Amino acid sequence: MKIHEYQGKQLLKKFGVTVPRGIHCTTVDDAVKAAETLGGKVWVVKAQIHAGGRGKGGGVKVATSLEKVREYAGQILGMQLVTHQTGPEGQKVRHLLIEEGADIKHEYYVAALTDRATQSVAIMASYEGGMDIEEVAHKTPEKIVKVFVNPLVGLTDEQALTLAKGMGMNEASIPQCVDTLKKLYTCYMETDASLAEINPLIHEGDGTVKALDAKFNFDSNALYRQEEIVAMRDLDEEDADEIEASKFDLAYISLDGNIGCLVNGAGLAMATMDTIKLFGAEPANFLDVGGGATTEKVTEAFKIMLKNPKVKGILVNIFGGIMKCDTIATGVVAAARETHLSVPLVVRMKGTNEDMGKQILKDSGLPIISADSMAEAATKIVAAVK
Amino acid sequence: MSIFINKNTRIITQGITGKTGQFHTEKCQEYANGKECFVAGVNPKKAGESIFNIPIYASVKEAAAETGATVSVIYVPPPGAAAAIWEAVEADLDLAICITEGIPVRDMLILRNKMKEKEAKGGKKTLLLGPNCPGLITPDEVKIGIMPGHIHRKGRIGVVSRSGTLTYEAVGQLTEIGLGQSSAVGIGGDPINGLKHIDVMKAFNDDPDTDAVIMIGEIGGPDEAEAAQWCKANMKKPIVGFIAGVTAPAGKRMGHAGALISGGADTADAKLAIMEECGFKVTRNPSEMAKLLKAML
Repeated sequence: MKIHEYQGKQLLKKFGVTVPRGIHCTTVDDAVKAAETLGGKVWVVKAQIHAGGRGKGGGVKVATSLEKVREYAGQILGMQLVTHQTGPEGQKVRHLLIEEGADIKHEYYVAALTDRATQSVAIMASYEGGMDIEEVAHKTPEKIVKVFVNPLVGLTDEQALTLAKGMGMNEASIPQCVDTLKKLYTCYMETDASLAEINPLIHEGDGTVKALDAKFNFDSNALYRQEEIVAMRDLDEEDADEIEASKFDLAYISLDGNIGCLVNGAGLAMATMDTIKLFGAEPANFLDVGGGATTEKVTEAFKIMLKNPKVKGILVNIFGGIMKCDTIATGVVAAARETHLSVPLVVRMKGTNEDMGKQILKDSGLPIISADSMAEAATKIVAAVK
Repeated sequence: MSIFINKNTRIITQGITGKTGQFHTEKCQEYANGKECFVAGVNPKKAGESIFNIPIYASVKEAAAETGATVSVIYVPPPGAAAAIWEAVEADLDLAICITEGIPVRDMLILRNKMKEKEAKGGKKTLLLGPNCPGLITPDEVKIGIMPGHIHRKGRIGVVSRSGTLTYEAVGQLTEIGLGQSSAVGIGGDPINGLKHIDVMKAFNDDPDTDAVIMIGEIGGPDEAEAAQWCKANMKKPIVGFIAGVTAPAGKRMGHAGALISGGADTADAKLAIMEECGFKVTRNPSEMAKLLKAML
């Protein structure tokens, strides 16, 4: 689960990291009031969407007068902000963050994330802040310094100092930087984050270390114990179909192709998508119905897939284990009837009660195409949509 | 022979009184030597009672001491699952198999480091399989977990995969063309887990009754590449490899918490290339895993 920058900064502040003074707002008038409240002569008007790359897309502007704050807030609020992470259709801006200007002397990068290989928390830092860190990692990996934190010990002073020095932090700012890194680590652990990134972290003319941005991602398995984080969820920023699917305990992700797939199990679902591509078409979605697929769940899955106007055919691939093929077949028939299915449907069923399942499909009188292997199913659905 | 478990394995079930635990314990008992293998359950509130003729004990330690069991399978719900695994580790079991899906990653991080700390201090090493896995099976001997027993046949092919249904797919294909399995292992779809591909490949390599292996992976993480590098230098048996997720977009969690492309090195294409370079027979067509393997025997 992701949150907005202004929420991320609230979290950082709560854990003791210095952030610029700022006010979240949703109207142009409030944006001007926020600037007045903050005082000073320079303000930053920042679009709040979950995707990165906002600056390049025109979603971050520096204003030197209240008139300019009004002008920029008016431009940014409601715009379809297009960045490299939003896709070509962009994301509508509904929230702004108005911040006091900062006296930036240098921009650094820091991030905390879970490292699978070492089963620890990796903290990365770099002198090359403010830019796309993947590009830095690719072109000049030596400019990124990393430490691996044993969660039983926590980030040690020594490790934090290694990072601060390794990232080339301004000499006078090193003590505050060490402190900031330790607070970032604590924040990461206590909020069950899966990513906490500050890009840029800056030092100002007087040596102050400040987080000018905050990007967080949280472990969805842990949300049950993170009430404060769950309250920050902004459904406007998420895919409506994915939210709808999650209500029925379906894992759904929409893709660009034209063949809808309904599969049990995440690995088999990906393998089915790959097989569709191998046989010359593209999947329209990832959809894992999970272990206990009822008729209701299968029907909802069909409805969600069919909402996508690009879908020209559906492939159902079930390996019946605990979930029996006859149960799934009954669900598929009911779903096809209820949705008045008008696109070709290929069903491949294997495993427990396979023959009973196939008979149910046959007896339904519906034009369901049956297949024995994934490859055969993919060949048939690709042919049917062409 | 087989890897990790056989008909002489004695097993404790943690979470045996929950709905999932009950359902699968019954299925596991019905399979092959299940009635002899599943000897104890754990639930502190129901100690002294029994379920399906399996006595329930207050703790894993007590269950192990009373029955001689060395393996445990865990169905405990996510909030208490990491503590349940730790209880099995503290009881010095050989192997803990955690089926539970949805354990917070932080809990697993802390648990795995506690396990390593225990080993570093000279404590007994307990292997962990999972979490979020289907378990493992040695056909015609014992099944521990949620896989459908009837699709398996006893034989000489090993199967290892992160995904449950993709393991069944490989097993189903093998059985259909007359190749039985020595053991089939699902290592689970979580980012922080116990046994990895490399550990299972080592075990299959050492098992005199395994002739060849199907290794199935997914996008996300370095595990398959690491296993492939090890196999290149050490594996004496033919391997067929498949990686799911060629069509998966970057930055999206594909169902499994661990199936997430985070950089260039953990895409399906990158992993397939490394596996091929390391001598695997790789395929992009998951329907022909078993057929390819048969051609290599």
